[in-house]
Amino acid sequence: MIFREAGTFKTSYAADMALYPLPVSRWALAGIFAVLLLVLPLLASPYALTVCDLILVAVVGAIGLNILTGFAGQISIGQGGFMAVGAYTAAKLATVWSMPFWLAIPAGGLMTALVGVFVGIPSLRIKGLYLAIATLAAQFIIEWVINHVTWISGGIQATIQMPPPRVFGVPIQSQLQFYFFLLGFAVLATVAAKNFARSRLGRACVAVRDQDIAAEIIGIDIFRTKLIAFAISSFIVGVAGALYSYYLGIANYEQFGLDVSVDYLAMIIIGGMGSVNGSILGAAFITLLPVVTRRGLAAIGPIFAGGFDIDGVPEVRLCLFGGLIILFLVAEPEGLDRLWRNVRTYFRTWPFSY
Amino acid sequence: MLDAFTLILIANGLLVGMMYALIALGFVLVYKATEAFNFAQGEFVMTGGFIAAAAATVLPFWVATLLAIAGLVAFCFGLERLVLRPLLGRPIIAVIMATIGVASLLRGVVVLLFGSGTRALTMPVQQTPIFLGPIMLPPIDIVGAVVSLVFFGIFSWMFLHTRMGLAMRAVADNQQIASAMGIDVRRYFAIAWALTGVVSALGGVIWGALLGVDNQLAVVGLKVFPVVILGGFESVAGAIVGGLVVGVVESLSSGYVDPLVGGGTKDFMPYVLMIAVLMVRPYGIFGKAPVQRV
Repeated sequence: MIFREAGTFKTSYAADMALYPLPVSRWALAGIFAVLLLVLPLLASPYALTVCDLILVAVVGAIGLNILTGFAGQISIGQGGFMAVGAYTAAKLATVWSMPFWLAIPAGGLMTALVGVFVGIPSLRIKGLYLAIATLAAQFIIEWVINHVTWISGGIQATIQMPPPRVFGVPIQSQLQFYFFLLGFAVLATVAAKNFARSRLGRACVAVRDQDIAAEIIGIDIFRTKLIAFAISSFIVGVAGALYSYYLGIANYEQFGLDVSVDYLAMIIIGGMGSVNGSILGAAFITLLPVVTRRGLAAIGPIFAGGFDIDGVPEVRLCLFGGLIILFLVAEPEGLDRLWRNVRTYFRTWPFSY
Repeated sequence: MLDAFTLILIANGLLVGMMYALIALGFVLVYKATEAFNFAQGEFVMTGGFIAAAAATVLPFWVATLLAIAGLVAFCFGLERLVLRPLLGRPIIAVIMATIGVASLLRGVVVLLFGSGTRALTMPVQQTPIFLGPIMLPPIDIVGAVVSLVFFGIFSWMFLHTRMGLAMRAVADNQQIASAMGIDVRRYFAIAWALTGVVSALGGVIWGALLGVDNQLAVVGLKVFPVVILGGFESVAGAIVGGLVVGVVESLSSGYVDPLVGGGTKDFMPYVLMIAVLMVRPYGIFGKAPVQRV
């Protein structure tokens, strides 16, 4: 958060785990909310709002993945597939039974949680790399099932048109409306994850991640903890998938490929594994990357003789994406969140740093 | 008895499986020596294919192949030194993500350098299929399978009978004891990556000749995971067995299951099989369960 906490020494576990360590943290949070609710929607151009909406969806998805991979240490390469489950469940319910969004989205999450627990069952016997590949298998199998079972996908294009969500009878259609709609979900996910992290279950997840045998010896049921982590994470990821398809107006399996899984892994690596703030930073970073790449190339394009080939944008993005992942892993493995904490630690006693 | 259709499917599956095994070998070599999980294997293969295809437009095929090998070996040396060495001792996900990063970097750089169009890479072999009784076999597949077999032979011999092979096995077995015995562990890490470069370049040339060289060539890398999981990550013999099994399963499912459900089972059947095997033998057919200390 955005304040200095010089001179606070925590003397109890409760103080250490508090969401608001200082009164000023409430004020800082209120300030952030004011910016998000009032300033940003007023100042942002429609295009900037589009980007913000995408970031908000990514925030929900990244928080979900971070609970599984960052907190519980179970690497998931099936993020795209899980999002697709949430998206298609919500789309199906919204179109066939014309369910309102506040039922369809949680239902998408629940369905994804079911699938997630099923994928997590092998974690009883396998772990680490083998489990990572099992989630990769889940990605392929889910993609194939959605694409080939016509009952789910509704035909050859595997695309379902979504009705706009209605809040108190008002259809959410414009970018601004979606901004507030998605912001609500992003805040919900953030609060839920922050509280999950400091609950008994959240700490059990961290124990399983750090040393599973030691965790079992102090009385944590590893398998149960892993499965619950899979369920909670998949629920949030499924909600993200449902939100994304509501936002796009269609559910389409091509939006949830393997590259999506990799993008989300990159978000939590660059943002910071096992950190909720990091998920938010990483989601913003990865979503902004193609935007900045395009703008940057357009800006430096005239320097090169003959201009810059605009077709190269996806490739330049891929290069930057790969390069940044490697850079963060080698130079700052704890991600943007750690960088931010380093800055805060520096200013903690500033200007009397010695 | 098996009819001709089944026999053709099995024979083709075995040939393709040998070629999967070659790529899986590159994967196993690195995992065995350095315990790094290489998600960029498919992109290595793609890069090898692109270098060979670009060089083959002006140079003879064999020279182009050698150039591809040299290029990938140099790249792998650099990769080991700059990216993977700093990540030693980090959690698995760090190495996985680093190789995913490398994969994405390669996909970008290769297309920027060579363009996104499909390039042809023609092997100087006859194009007419060879008939073995009722079974029709494409010559490129046969060449690919033979090259894989030869390289498996060379690597097995090297592991068992040379000083370098002995040192690599020692490093794979226990890095600390190996270095206490005077083996330069880092040097053998670099060698393992270089060998992967050789195998991947060959894989790129063979698969490039088979499918044409474009960025879709990297998809072959996704086939490697079921192969190495079936066989076990650290087993060279497992790579062959896994490769053959995956090749045959793919071939049979595209022949028998696809017409029933409308296609595409080829790509995920190996994964279904893999999960089934994992539930029974969590460390693959030939893999060893690690002993873990708290």
